[in-house]
Amino acid sequence: MVGEPADAIHARGLSKRFGGLLAVDQVDLRVPRACVYGFLGPNGSGKSTTIRMLCGLLTPSAGQIDVLGLRIPEQAEALRRRIGYMTQKFSLYEDLSVRENLEFLATVQGLPRALRRQRVETLLHTYDLADRAGQLAGTMSGGQKQRLALAGAVVHQPELLFLDEPTSAVDPESRRGFWEKLFDLADAGTTILVSTHYMDEAERCHRIAILDRGRLVADGTPTALTAGLQGRTLGVQAQEPRRAQTALHAVAGVLSVAQIGNELRVLCMDDGDAGTRVARALQAQGISATVSAIAPNLEDVFVSATQHRVVEVAA
Amino acid sequence: MKLQQIFAVMWKELRQMARDRMTVAMMIGIPSMQLLLFGYAINPDVRHLPAAVADMANTAGSRALVQDMFATDIVRSVAGARTPQELQALLQAGQIRIGILIPADYERRRLDGREAVQVIVDGSDTSVQASARQLAQMPLEGQRVAGPAQISVLPLYNPRRIAAINVVPGLIGVILTMTMVMFTAMAIVRERERGNLELLITTPVTSAELMIGKVLPYIAAGLVQATLVLVLGAWLFQVPVHGTLWDVYAASVLLIVANLSLGLLVSTMAKTQFQSMQMAFFLFLPSIMLSGFMFPFDGMPKVVQWLAEVLPLTHFIRLIRGVMLRGAGLLELWPDALALAGFSVAMMTLAILRFHKRLD
Repeated sequence: MVGEPADAIHARGLSKRFGGLLAVDQVDLRVPRACVYGFLGPNGSGKSTTIRMLCGLLTPSAGQIDVLGLRIPEQAEALRRRIGYMTQKFSLYEDLSVRENLEFLATVQGLPRALRRQRVETLLHTYDLADRAGQLAGTMSGGQKQRLALAGAVVHQPELLFLDEPTSAVDPESRRGFWEKLFDLADAGTTILVSTHYMDEAERCHRIAILDRGRLVADGTPTALTAGLQGRTLGVQAQEPRRAQTALHAVAGVLSVAQIGNELRVLCMDDGDAGTRVARALQAQGISATVSAIAPNLEDVFVSATQHRVVEVAA
Repeated sequence: MKLQQIFAVMWKELRQMARDRMTVAMMIGIPSMQLLLFGYAINPDVRHLPAAVADMANTAGSRALVQDMFATDIVRSVAGARTPQELQALLQAGQIRIGILIPADYERRRLDGREAVQVIVDGSDTSVQASARQLAQMPLEGQRVAGPAQISVLPLYNPRRIAAINVVPGLIGVILTMTMVMFTAMAIVRERERGNLELLITTPVTSAELMIGKVLPYIAAGLVQATLVLVLGAWLFQVPVHGTLWDVYAASVLLIVANLSLGLLVSTMAKTQFQSMQMAFFLFLPSIMLSGFMFPFDGMPKVVQWLAEVLPLTHFIRLIRGVMLRGAGLLELWPDALALAGFSVAMMTLAILRFHKRLD
């Protein structure tokens, strides 16, 4: 559209304080259009609070928000017709049927009567709910509820979709199917902001932001973020992994050690030849082990981004 | 069974209870406030009944009698009248409860020892009727002790003094107050508790649309209830409808909307469904006790009467008794109809203003 800003979301210095708790702390955020943008962070990191501020449900304590060219929260009412929001907790009516829920939302969203029935039929078909149209929403499985909630969030074909941990109560099979639907929407031009604490889901996003204790600690494409850790991730094969792990914790520059099966996955700080140092330290302890470089993944990005603060404090 | 386990559960309950401030406030508020209120308010001995005198004799004797009657404190003068017709009109409109009629030939009737004064009473409330009879006990000047009563009592609207006639119309109001407030008191809190609200407020639906949409279906439910009481009252207790059915339903709709709006306001204040139940109950008790449904309104102290004027049920009781028992029209009773409409508008506005499409 002419005159529309390139970014669907642009937030600067966004903060939210609940009493003594600073839930969101000076977050700067840019979400490009037609992009699947992931919000990664542990529980309580401020993901939900940020999303709620972006939809105009919470008033920020500080900062500026532009969503689809509208100033939020001042123009939140005008925004409502253009966004869809899927809450963390299932928020459709459990005592209404699938069809009744969708028809209600279609009407409330202001779809003209002629279009309404057709749109509901399309949604029932697209989200594999056609054979359950008459079933009460409350009696459905987690995966089915998730599909219904997504259908409900896109009933008015919003330009921007907010999804707050949409797959937290869903089995892996349903999760995969759910993400396929998200990419279908993105292909059709919908911008999607989705929060998650699953690494595999974050990996699928076009871009991600990592939140930790209310602060934005990293953002970029998953590839760029992992590439930034090149050379800092090591695989250690040891006879006695538990002992090796204890020894590694004491080595300067080691951020984290995680046991994956028989192998230890070591993440180091960015200070030169970590591999040699780790190997030497293990040798000094009399632990026989082989150290090799391995490719970093998003979990490493997450750990290095969130551990950084601790190191800062300790230093 | 172990004592330790019982104590563990007990402590948990106490801690949860103490953390629910509303419950603690209700625990202290309900007994203390209601006791004070009802202790002072409930007084079956009715005094200061609104009355009017039509003194058609207008002699020194008749004027002295009127003064003596007002000196008893059973009645107070609120309006003037010249003819029996005017007295009856005032009674029907509910402006007075007792009309005192002194005929032009009062002095001769008094001397002859015949019936000389007529006390016309709105008999729908049996305790008002009893007070009127008390008034009729007054001896006239020069009356023989053993002679026939010279003041007669003419009870209108409920001559046989059947309590049900007075109770049933009011019961429509009590039932509507109990159920209607509760229905909508749950309306918003339930959505909040079940998590529906967070979705609903991200849709373009406005506060006013949401509030009005939540009230409308219950109006029909209320009218069904009112019909049920009317039919049962007519069938089992022979309660008459002297006014038009149209007026009965119009009055009922006014009360229903007032109560639904009040419930909606409660719903925007309560955090849980349990809290809204408590608040609805807290409002329900004074409605029953102070509205004039159980105890005569005229017997209550001034302060309590003012408080009762705020309750929708008080106005409805006046409306419905006027329409059903005295055959009054809603237009004659306009101050109470207006009060109910005003109450609804005020509560609805407050509810809409209090409800924000925000989570903070």
